[in-house]
Amino acid sequence: MVDILNALVVLANFVLVPALAYGSQLALGALGITLIYGILRFSNFAHGDTMAFGTMIVILATWWMQKAGVSIAPLPTALLALPIGIAVTAIVVLLTDRAVYRFYRKVKAAPIIFVMASLGVMFIMNGLVRFIIGPKEQTFADGARFIITARDFKHMTGLHEGMAIKLSQGITLITAVIVVAALFWFLNRTRTGKSMRAFSDNEDLALLSGINPERVVLIIWIIVAALATIAGTLYGLDKSYKPFTYFQLLLPMFAAAIVGGLGNPLGAIAGGFVISFSEVSVTYAFKRVVTYLVPDSWAPDGLVQLLSTDYKFAVSFSILILVLLFRPTGIFKGQSL
Amino acid sequence: MNLRNISLFLVIFALLILVGFVQSWSVAFQLLSFCLISAVMALGVNIQWGYAGLFSVGTMGFVALGGLATVITSMPPVKEAWAAGGVRVLVALLFAGAVIVGATQIYKRMKPGRNRALVLTLELIAGFFIYRALFDPAVSAIEAVNPAGTGYLGGLGLPVLVSWLVGGLLAAGVAWVIGKVSLGLRSDYLAIATLGIAEIIIAVLKNEDWLARGVKNVNGIPRPWPVPYEISLQKSTAFIDFAQRFGLNPVDASSYTVKVLYSVLFAIVLMIVLWMSQKALTSPWGRMMRAIRDNEEAAEAMGKDVTHRHLQVFVIGSAVLGIAGAMMTSLDGLMTPGTYNPLRFTFLIWVMVIVGGSGNNWGSVLGGFLIWFLWIEVEPIGRWLLDVLTSPMPNDYWLRIHLLNSAAHMRLLTMGLILLLVLRFWPKGLIPEK
Repeated sequence: MVDILNALVVLANFVLVPALAYGSQLALGALGITLIYGILRFSNFAHGDTMAFGTMIVILATWWMQKAGVSIAPLPTALLALPIGIAVTAIVVLLTDRAVYRFYRKVKAAPIIFVMASLGVMFIMNGLVRFIIGPKEQTFADGARFIITARDFKHMTGLHEGMAIKLSQGITLITAVIVVAALFWFLNRTRTGKSMRAFSDNEDLALLSGINPERVVLIIWIIVAALATIAGTLYGLDKSYKPFTYFQLLLPMFAAAIVGGLGNPLGAIAGGFVISFSEVSVTYAFKRVVTYLVPDSWAPDGLVQLLSTDYKFAVSFSILILVLLFRPTGIFKGQSL
Repeated sequence: MNLRNISLFLVIFALLILVGFVQSWSVAFQLLSFCLISAVMALGVNIQWGYAGLFSVGTMGFVALGGLATVITSMPPVKEAWAAGGVRVLVALLFAGAVIVGATQIYKRMKPGRNRALVLTLELIAGFFIYRALFDPAVSAIEAVNPAGTGYLGGLGLPVLVSWLVGGLLAAGVAWVIGKVSLGLRSDYLAIATLGIAEIIIAVLKNEDWLARGVKNVNGIPRPWPVPYEISLQKSTAFIDFAQRFGLNPVDASSYTVKVLYSVLFAIVLMIVLWMSQKALTSPWGRMMRAIRDNEEAAEAMGKDVTHRHLQVFVIGSAVLGIAGAMMTSLDGLMTPGTYNPLRFTFLIWVMVIVGGSGNNWGSVLGGFLIWFLWIEVEPIGRWLLDVLTSPMPNDYWLRIHLLNSAAHMRLLTMGLILLLVLRFWPKGLIPEK
């Protein structure tokens, strides 16, 4: 029997909700990459490992709080630990800027040199994370698991299929909205934010009008550290924390930033959702959705899965290549905040 | 080669000999083999980056393709699997290729507009589903043949030395396709694109069990021609006599012999590649490449076809990486797609080139030796260092235990530190480009 409602529920449960959460995480990560590109004008390869580092600090702080009996149940303790993570990551990132990038700014090095320096920073961050917390998977999510469980949903609606919304997914969406709103308010409404946009638009003109470049750089690193820690923590809460996965997030995040137009924050958000929705829908087995939509006798035998989940890199990569070939500046025009 | 550079190389060899005395000769020979392989890899990256300024971080993918080449050339063919679906898989792959060629033709021949988009989409979608219909049953048929033992097509049963060449050709072929698509992108876009390609190649190797057993690994890849097996050496009386003359027991002696023979083979390959690289770099072609690297617009204005030259140098560099990858897999004797990791197989090689001196072949060789040596030796040195540093703490103190257990991760830290220091204070590397 054709049953559109149930098909929609299955689709929402396995594609829409996870892709929305994953997309928000990617968008926050891509925002960090795009802001660095807009202000400092290089592709920061260390961003994935910065996320891993920030999340690690949050995890350590969470464990400490859990031991001390601090809890904001049903919300995960990690949210409470987030400010600590952001602060520590900001300090570390600022120290790296001092020790590494500032010199290259002063000598006006080519962007490629910055990228290489960021490779060095990537190695060190990666090493630090493995050194401190180890390369293994860590769990730090506590509090309630679900906002709505599949069974409750079935009860409420009387439908055959259930839809579960994990608490981590809800938190991801709400946090992402708040963070993005705050970021845009800062960039568009405050004096400092406006000076940063001016700097990104035209560096020389901004310098002439008395904007202090080091202050702009300082603030952008703090923002990036915050974005990276939040994105990393949300991803860790939603899926799991493993340093190497964070390194691998580099590709989808870059793809998101480039698809949206490097340097364009709005683009990074759009790009994050483009990547996540394509990744999830290309690797999802649509068998059950199709079964609800077509008459019984047409029901598919196979999984109706375009690509196996392991090829999810191929998805971000293909989108990246297509965009670069046909619209090199990204969906939105890149290059400035 | 001046005195300074020669002494740099001598220092490395002295370090290797020191390892022989302090740790063991087995470790030292193993190190030497990998140093030689690393040097070849570094030469490959140097061709791409040092000669032409291509920021390609897809190194891992080409190294892995070299590994795949040893499997598909040297393993014995699995006849039942071929009978079950070998031809069908090939037909499916050819069909997929035809679909893509067709798509590019449609894109080129038809006028831009809604019609072209529609035809293109239809062609791709139809092509994809027909391809899957051809491909999937063939693959399940192949993988059903003795899945615990084989479950793949096997190779051609050719000598391993041939597979090194095949590794180079395979990597070159794939690099040509990749280069066609992604060269001409701006430098950091190219980096992201190649990073992605390397991940995709590894994903293919991990998942396409019919090709090289995926994560089930292929073991028992035969050894290259002159290298014997330890067991057969230990059985030969002539060898036992030979060992006794040097006062070695046959087990150690056989292991040394095998490792030395591997090193000799690798050294020959390294010398050939190095000689060819040197010739290429000093030839008019090499000068042209460097001119393109230093000023693309000027070179283009002089009538040089920059994109074409970039493609050429990308393919050549990737071929060298493929050869090195094949050498490495035949040294290991097994193909393990799960162990390819971009930190180890892409960025480490880059560190070698930058530390050694981008654009200088001898520098890359030196960087390959030095960085591989450190990559391996930092762990024991770091453990020792941490042991000394934490010795005032009680033996069961958590921090001491944690630090000693984490010593293995010192290598990443050290590599990052070396890269940053070299970039900052010796941006031209240990042996600068002339």
